[in-house]
Parts: sequence; C-alpha cells; structure tokens
Amino acid sequence: MNTPSPSYRDGNALAGPLSEIFTTDPTAAWRRCPDCGLTGSLAQLRVYGPEPGLTGRCPGCAAVALRLVEQPDHLWLQMGSGGGAFRFPRL
Amino acid sequence: MGSWRNARLVERAELTTTGRSLHFDVPHWPGHLAGQHVDVRLSADDGYQAVRSYSLAAPSKGTRIELGVQAAAGGEVSPYLAGDLPVGAEVEVKGPLGGWFVWRPEQEDPVLLVAGGCGIAPLMAMVRDHRDHSTAPMHLVYSVRDPAQVWYREELGAAQGLGTTVHLVHTRQAPPGSSRPPGRVGAHDLPPPAAAGAETLCFVCGPTGFVEHAAGLLVDAGHAPGRIRTERFG
Repeated sequence: MNTPSPSYRDGNALAGPLSEIFTTDPTAAWRRCPDCGLTGSLAQLRVYGPEPGLTGRCPGCAAVALRLVEQPDHLWLQMGSGGGAFRFPRL
Repeated sequence: MGSWRNARLVERAELTTTGRSLHFDVPHWPGHLAGQHVDVRLSADDGYQAVRSYSLAAPSKGTRIELGVQAAAGGEVSPYLAGDLPVGAEVEVKGPLGGWFVWRPEQEDPVLLVAGGCGIAPLMAMVRDHRDHSTAPMHLVYSVRDPAQVWYREELGAAQGLGTTVHLVHTRQAPPGSSRPPGRVGAHDLPPPAAAGAETLCFVCGPTGFVEHAAGLLVDAGHAPGRIRTERFG
C-alpha cells in the first residue's frame, strides 16, 4: 500500500488501562458524541498516542472523547474536552 | 480484571519466519471469549517496564492461553517474545480484555471475518470456536503478502472442510497457478451481500490502513456499519 497508514488504534486498546478503574468492561459502553451526534461504542473511538498519554477521539468529528494518562502511581482520566480530569490512585 | 497475573511460557511454535504462537499457563485464568486480548507486561531488572497488547488466538481452554506474536523489525517487545523469552520463563498478563470485538458461538447470524496479516490471530480464535461449537455460516478472507506469510495454514485447510469458507488473498506474490493476480483485497474478494446478507456480523482485524480499506469495502457492499467490528494495530 502506498498511502501512509493513519497512526491510531481502536478504543479497544484502552481496555487494559481502563480495567484498573472500571469493574465492567468499558469498551462495549455505548456513547453519543455531544459534538456531532454520532453514536457508537467506546471501542470505536480512535486512539492516538504515544503512551503513556492516550487520546480517544470521535471517529465522526475527531472531538476529544477522553484522555488517559498513565503514571507509575496514578491514572488520569479526562472525559471530553471540558469535563475536568479525574485522578485515580493505582493499587 | 484489572490486576496482573503471572504467565509462564510453556510452548512456542513457529507459524512463519517471523510469526510465533506462544502458549502460556496462567493460574486461575477466568476464561475468555473469542476476539478478546491481553496486555503483556515485561519488567527489566532495573525496573523498566513495557506493556503491549496481544490477541488471544484460541478459545478458552483451562489455564492455558495462546497468543499470536509477529516479530516487528526494530520492535522493543515483539522480537523478544517471539524469539528470546525462554520456555519456562514468566511474564505478566492482564485480561481477558475487551467486550466489543468478540464473537460468541451461540450467535447464529452469518459471520464474515477479514484478516490482514497477523490480524488473523483473534479471528483464528473465532474460527476455532466456530469449528467446535457452531453451525452458523462463517467466511474468512485472509490477506497476506505472499504464501509464506500464512499463519495456521494446515488448520485453516481443515476448517475449510468443517464449515468455514477460507479465501486467501495474496497482495504481493500469488502461488504458482493462482487465477487471482496479486493485489490488495477488493470488492470481488468479499462474499456478495446477497449471500452474506444484511445481518452478517463482520469482524475486521489488521494494520490500521488495511482495516480502513476493508471496512470501507464492506460498507460499500451494503453491510450495515453497526454490524462491522474492527480492531486496528495502529
């Protein structure tokens, strides 16, 4: 293939780190984009790196759905672009 | 689900020159669904850690899990797992992970699997689960660069006789006598929508560019976007 591959993965790739926060698998969660109205699952977000900071964007309009930053002792989760960030202690 | 478990490498099998099948024993493994993955964590003596995701290539079977690993040139983790990790050594795994890119054998809808390269790994778990537990129509389109890149060749040949239609697509070099010239997956490589039907459940796995292309073909062929599930490597 001659065209460069876009450098993102699916929201499915967030299953591991998010499993430290959620007791139910969050990647199958349904979501409606507040910006463009597209519906889908968290697994369908487009995830851009590099780690340890990952940004999940809406596949329809590229609005930020969530950001996840992994630190040795903390996991930061920001929902949307204006929702503030949650910091979870890592056990 | 969120904790790390020790996993001991018990067997490594050669799939291709760079592809390996790694079998780990994971005490207290809770079982998993076809299509799920694990995160694998390697720790160096100095405390440095690296985490990568690998698909589970076989259905749940006791405490044993099988991963498909392609040694990426210049990669940090995959060449070590594929070639250097000694049998008997331990890594850590977290999982099973992901509840969206999964297939359950009790689902009766036709299934269309589209694999690009080592994207066959999670789809192979579905082929194997289907072989043992399902009569739903299943069709696999498997894109490889050349004949030497086919993972699970013999097993796929056997699955063909057991209800899974397997169509190999060679993108760079086709086998001698092949009627299909080398080239990437096209609309003609996919089962026609009339045969597949609107209710077909599609799973596409491979490099990001491949998945974009293949998912686009499926939508163009009339498959409902909500019935197409994808997994991209990036």
